[in-house]
Amino acid sequence: MLDYVTSYLRSNTTPGQAGNLLWAFIYIILIFLGLSVAVIAMNWLERKILAHMQVRLGPMRVGPHGLLQPIADAIKLLIKEDIMPAEADKSVFWIAPVLIVITAFTTFIVVPFGPTHAVTDMNIGVLFMLGVSSLSVLGVVMAGWASNSHYPLIGALRSSAQMVSYEIAMGLAVVAAVLMTSLHGIGLYGVAHGAVGDGTLSMIDIVKAQQDQHAWFIFKFFPLGLIAFFIFAVAMIAETNRAPFDLPEAESELTAGFHTEYSGFRWSLFFLAEYSAMIAVSSIAVTLWLGGWLRPFPTWLTGETWDLVFSLFPAATFLLLALIALVGTLRMPKHPYFRVQTLGLAGFAAVLALIGILLLLPPVRDRIQDIYWFSLKVAGFMYLYIWYRGTFPRYRFDQLMRVGWKVLLPVGLGVLILTAIVGVLL
Amino acid sequence: MSDPSTNISHLELGDRNETFLDSNELVINMGPQHPATHGVLRVILKLDGEKVLGTECVIGYLHRGVEKIAENRTYAMFNPYVDRMDYVAAVSNGLGYCEAVEKLLNVQAPPRANYIRVILTELNRLASHMLWLGTHALDIGAITPLFYTFRDREEILKIFEKYCGARLTTHAFRIGGCLYETYDGFEKDVTNFLDFVTPKIDEYEELLTTNRIWVERTKNVGKISGKECIALGVTGPVLRASGVRWDVRKAQPYAAYSDFDFEIPIGQNGDTYDRYLVRMAEMRQSLHIIRQAVGKIPEGPIMAKVPKVIKPPVGEIYHSIEAPKGELGYFIVSDGSTQPYRLRVRPPSFVNLQALDMMVRGQLVADVVAVIGTLDIVLGEVDR
Amino acid sequence: MTPVATPFFFYLLSGLALLGGILVITRKNAVHSALALILTLLALAGLYLMLYAPFVAGVQIILYAGGIMVLFLFVIMLVSIEKSQREDQFNKQWIGGLVGAVALGALFVRVFVRSKALHDLTGMPMAQLPEQSNTQEIAVYLYGNYMLAFEIASLLLLVAIIGAVVMAKKRI
Repeated sequence: MLDYVTSYLRSNTTPGQAGNLLWAFIYIILIFLGLSVAVIAMNWLERKILAHMQVRLGPMRVGPHGLLQPIADAIKLLIKEDIMPAEADKSVFWIAPVLIVITAFTTFIVVPFGPTHAVTDMNIGVLFMLGVSSLSVLGVVMAGWASNSHYPLIGALRSSAQMVSYEIAMGLAVVAAVLMTSLHGIGLYGVAHGAVGDGTLSMIDIVKAQQDQHAWFIFKFFPLGLIAFFIFAVAMIAETNRAPFDLPEAESELTAGFHTEYSGFRWSLFFLAEYSAMIAVSSIAVTLWLGGWLRPFPTWLTGETWDLVFSLFPAATFLLLALIALVGTLRMPKHPYFRVQTLGLAGFAAVLALIGILLLLPPVRDRIQDIYWFSLKVAGFMYLYIWYRGTFPRYRFDQLMRVGWKVLLPVGLGVLILTAIVGVLL
Repeated sequence: MSDPSTNISHLELGDRNETFLDSNELVINMGPQHPATHGVLRVILKLDGEKVLGTECVIGYLHRGVEKIAENRTYAMFNPYVDRMDYVAAVSNGLGYCEAVEKLLNVQAPPRANYIRVILTELNRLASHMLWLGTHALDIGAITPLFYTFRDREEILKIFEKYCGARLTTHAFRIGGCLYETYDGFEKDVTNFLDFVTPKIDEYEELLTTNRIWVERTKNVGKISGKECIALGVTGPVLRASGVRWDVRKAQPYAAYSDFDFEIPIGQNGDTYDRYLVRMAEMRQSLHIIRQAVGKIPEGPIMAKVPKVIKPPVGEIYHSIEAPKGELGYFIVSDGSTQPYRLRVRPPSFVNLQALDMMVRGQLVADVVAVIGTLDIVLGEVDR
Repeated sequence: MTPVATPFFFYLLSGLALLGGILVITRKNAVHSALALILTLLALAGLYLMLYAPFVAGVQIILYAGGIMVLFLFVIMLVSIEKSQREDQFNKQWIGGLVGAVALGALFVRVFVRSKALHDLTGMPMAQLPEQSNTQEIAVYLYGNYMLAFEIASLLLLVAIIGAVVMAKKRI
């Protein structure tokens, strides 16, 4: 039994490939928990960052600097009355949010947080992710239709048209990246050593290909990789229904789009799904173009020293956060009213510092580093999402379609063909 | 009158015998509780997919009978009521009313009062345009400008509060002039505000004017020609954006406007983008006017000789001013008593709203929201 | 990797597929039928996975469940439900249907029995299918051996798309 538990730790594959059910379960639970925490953190960060972009403070009342606001919101949503419209199609209304959440979470099975940190590695990894996330549109359509109301219906129509259209551009960009895995040259314009080899759709192998070729695919065949990445970056915002492509839930036009009639717990499922889908598509982008779990400059800054320096980053980040929390604690008003909050923030700082110190230990450090770089890159995308929301007005439906079909699709095709030509010629 | 929801005959909604598959036509009800209808406007939209086939505005949810109330109040007592019509430009409303009654009484407000009136009214125009910009941008999906404009509008409201104690419904002017002398440091406050807000307007423009999505969302949306504007009686920035150089401040100068040098910004295409540009330019012109007015504000009395009991001679008068939203007119019929026999308001929002159907027909749902925003209506004024 | 609980998953997935299929034809509400069809398609994708054909399974999900069925729903959602609920669902051709079903069933049983007699597979080891290179092999076949057929098929689809656009658009 003990051997069954520890045998996986010595293996060099994902639990799914090792056939180790126990560890697969542990990974699934860890990812589920991590994702939930990430969504809660995203909720708080989005409100805070948006607020600071808009010359206001954002949540400040529940906990120090509103840190407990997401938890308060979650409790509020859970105990709120769950309203179902009388004329709604009961079963479909009920299934829709569940379906969306399931698809949003299922994609994470193949997300490689590190060379071994994934539930499993599939031969069709990218295809699986795109396929499962494309199912979420069904949930949106079902929700919109089942509400039996006009605004949700229009939201659902917009959503289905939008997601189906942008999936094509997205797919073309992905194919360009997958094509790059088969071109085995080293460096940005590397000449293939030997024949053009096999490509791969496996998420882990795609990152490994970037490692072998000494180039993140965003820089490969510059600017082709960059253009493909840009197409994907635009399409993924449209896929996740976020600003400036948030037409299916455009509040000034459709009140709340497809989830207008949803409230309470069911609504929170949509919320959860939206944010996990954002993390999921960002993970695809990071895996395909930004070198997945690879640390920056893995081929330039090599050697023991650099390895050590980069492995200290996770601990440094947490210690920095702890320091910020500590400064926040010291700057709290010195009034009895704020005593609990001050203590809470100090405790938070202590927890962060503890995590930081824990991450300094060499065995932890080495295993956690991949996850750290991956999460950091994903976090960058999350920040971009918030930034877009604070900056851009919303597209109109016909303009959105025009961008999708008349700009992204032809450009994506062009990039794909050029990548193939460049790859074969070099 | 029958219930408007069933009486929408001109949209030809009655045909229930549509074919099995051809049911693309939707009738949706936008408002009166809708995030983008700026209050309690209700628009019934007939859609073919996303395309608007026709609209019908249902108004009156905020009707308070302001014109009828006037018949039962003395001229002075009615003055605060006008503030409640266009509550984001209360000062303009008050100015129009006071000047109309003054005209009826054949009284001239003293120059200093006129200067104070111009300064406050132009500040109010800025406040109104800022509110318009924030909400208009919010309707089109840019959430950030709203907070910027509200931050800066706050400074204007602070000046109002210091001047007369109220922030929104100010009741700043009285028939015959102003009740309050400016407070100590009024000029300094206003000049400080001008210096503060000039770069802020650049900031708004930086966020929107060259923003690709903003331009795409507003160019060629809700187009209306100058001829159509005149035919419908549309005034204000909407008319000027269609290329008609008509501004009551220049055409029939009132208060002290003839003393100042300013331009009337006009557009060419009459689309939403031009209306946006015109209003932005108007904000800068307002700053220009205020700067001149603060610079040469004369000393002297602030109140003309007006009898305690206002009893205008028998007759009627129409007086209009350029409110932020367009031409705001007051038509007063006096029977020689202390109360108006009839008072009629020509509200710019109400008249401009009539252009909505023409502007959105054939466009998309998202444009309806943009057009409602660009018409800059205030339901308090539409319904009165 | 060795498969786990193969019979269980086979029966589960086929059961779901059958259930979905039955629901498709018995539901009065067209949207419910479409959703049941999606269930069937997903169950089929699972069966493809069990047959070591992950690429086909992925394509099944993306194209059928995520693409085509969304477009189906898109159209069906706009159909007025009240109208469709009043329509007759079955056209009372029980006898013809029964004869057809019996004939097809007999054919199926016949094929099953005959093939069992001809190719007795019991006791034979299961063929080792190369799961890891499945996608690559499909690519080789599609773009190598059957290139012409593949391109002809794509051209045919293109013609169909253009035809659909021409017919649907009122004004080109």
